[in-house]
Amino acid sequence: MNSIDATIAEKGLMSSEMGSERTLYPYVTGTSVIGIKYKDGILMAADMGGSYGSTLRYKSVERLKPIGKHSLIGASGEISDFQEILRYLDELILYDNMWDDGNSLGPKEVHNYLTRVMYNRRNKFNPLWNSLVLGGVKNGQKYLGTVSMIGVHFEDNHIATGFGNHLARPILRKEWHENLSFEDGVKLLEKCMRVLLYRDRSAVNKLQVWCLFPFVTSAFYPLFS
Amino acid sequence: MSKAVVDLPPKGGFSFDLCRRNEMLISKGVHPPSFRKTGTTIVGLVFKDGVILGADTRATEGPIVCDKNCEKIHYIAPNIYCCGAGTAADTEAVTDMVSSQLQLHRYHTGRESRVITALTLLKSHLFSYQGYVSAALVLGGVDITGPHLHTIYPHGSTDTLPFATMGSGSLAAMAVFESKFREGLTREEGIELVCEAICSGIFNDLGSGSNVDVCVITKGHKEYLRNHQMPNPRTYVSSKGYTFPKGLTEVLTTKITPLKEKVEVIEGNDAMEE
Repeated sequence: MNSIDATIAEKGLMSSEMGSERTLYPYVTGTSVIGIKYKDGILMAADMGGSYGSTLRYKSVERLKPIGKHSLIGASGEISDFQEILRYLDELILYDNMWDDGNSLGPKEVHNYLTRVMYNRRNKFNPLWNSLVLGGVKNGQKYLGTVSMIGVHFEDNHIATGFGNHLARPILRKEWHENLSFEDGVKLLEKCMRVLLYRDRSAVNKLQVWCLFPFVTSAFYPLFS
Repeated sequence: MSKAVVDLPPKGGFSFDLCRRNEMLISKGVHPPSFRKTGTTIVGLVFKDGVILGADTRATEGPIVCDKNCEKIHYIAPNIYCCGAGTAADTEAVTDMVSSQLQLHRYHTGRESRVITALTLLKSHLFSYQGYVSAALVLGGVDITGPHLHTIYPHGSTDTLPFATMGSGSLAAMAVFESKFREGLTREEGIELVCEAICSGIFNDLGSGSNVDVCVITKGHKEYLRNHQMPNPRTYVSSKGYTFPKGLTEVLTTKITPLKEKVEVIEGNDAMEE
């Protein structure tokens, strides 16, 4: 009798140790996000599809969200991990507001926070399976950066994640310039998203486009081609 | 049709008898030789009067660029050319083989070769080797039935398209094509678009680089523009030139080993006689 109890107790202990809860592969994923700096601020675009493997499961997933007063985050990869990141950021912004000191976290600070979070999770072999794009304008200064799921982060004038790395980056490198107007910026983003729609199997023809100047605005585009 | 044109080995494909031995050698630490690949961006498009093919000129051996100016547009027939990506030996061997088969066929029939003939020969060869002949090709030409452009994958599948890209830089080049291609381009517009696509591959893909080769094929006429664009020139050239006068290299030590000549004379007259 003793031995049976012992084994059951042991098994209980063992299973909680061996029951691993690490992210091994993504399940519901979003595809590329593209961001560019233009004359007055930041423009970001992402489509609204959430794929469950090779099925196009969700067609109204918002992958671009505003953070605080100055920033915008876009994510490709696992949607549930993105929702977790939004919770972390919510808490961050809440604590920042509670200081009530007239200062608010700008895009550079949020980007740094995200880098630390992603890198830490990767070191524990339990990554948040996302590639994030962080853009914002604070005190007239434009900022656009990216963090990958292993913690690689950098800042640039134009950012693309996922398939956009291969298909959109050549177009952006050729056609981006310092003083893009709002209309030209949107046209450039639309051009990139069109090529992605042609050649990325997980792309959908419904886009979300956000623009950051001092105000945060949004547009939902159906793209028919 | 004579049997001389299609000449496959009796069983077809490779023999895998030495695979176990190779695996054993690798586990013992023997490194297999690395082979030369053409990292590559190759493109083709159909324009108003014919077909334009384009390719970059970098050949890589693993992480090293082994040839900065190689030729990836291969001759198949006077009116048919083929760009090759993948293992350089495979693309060259396969295109040479089909080129000579087509030549024999031309002698036999007395007619200009057709692009689909080259296509069928290439795809059946690649299929019989089940993808082990790593050659990804863009085949283009103009024959009596009109202009044709095909892509051929290493496993033997083919596509017929108005514009196509292959190789590691294919995504970068395709981004350009998908945003700028339209039907009925003129010759100048076509060449410019092809150059733009190849340059996109050269600058955005690490496996492609150096110069742009272009080949324009129209009815009854072809133009092979080797190094049509050279966007990566060697910019620094020393003005003094590179002369190394004697005495420039410092001699640290000198060691002279005299070689003694040792000649053995073989006695006997039968030495040279069979």
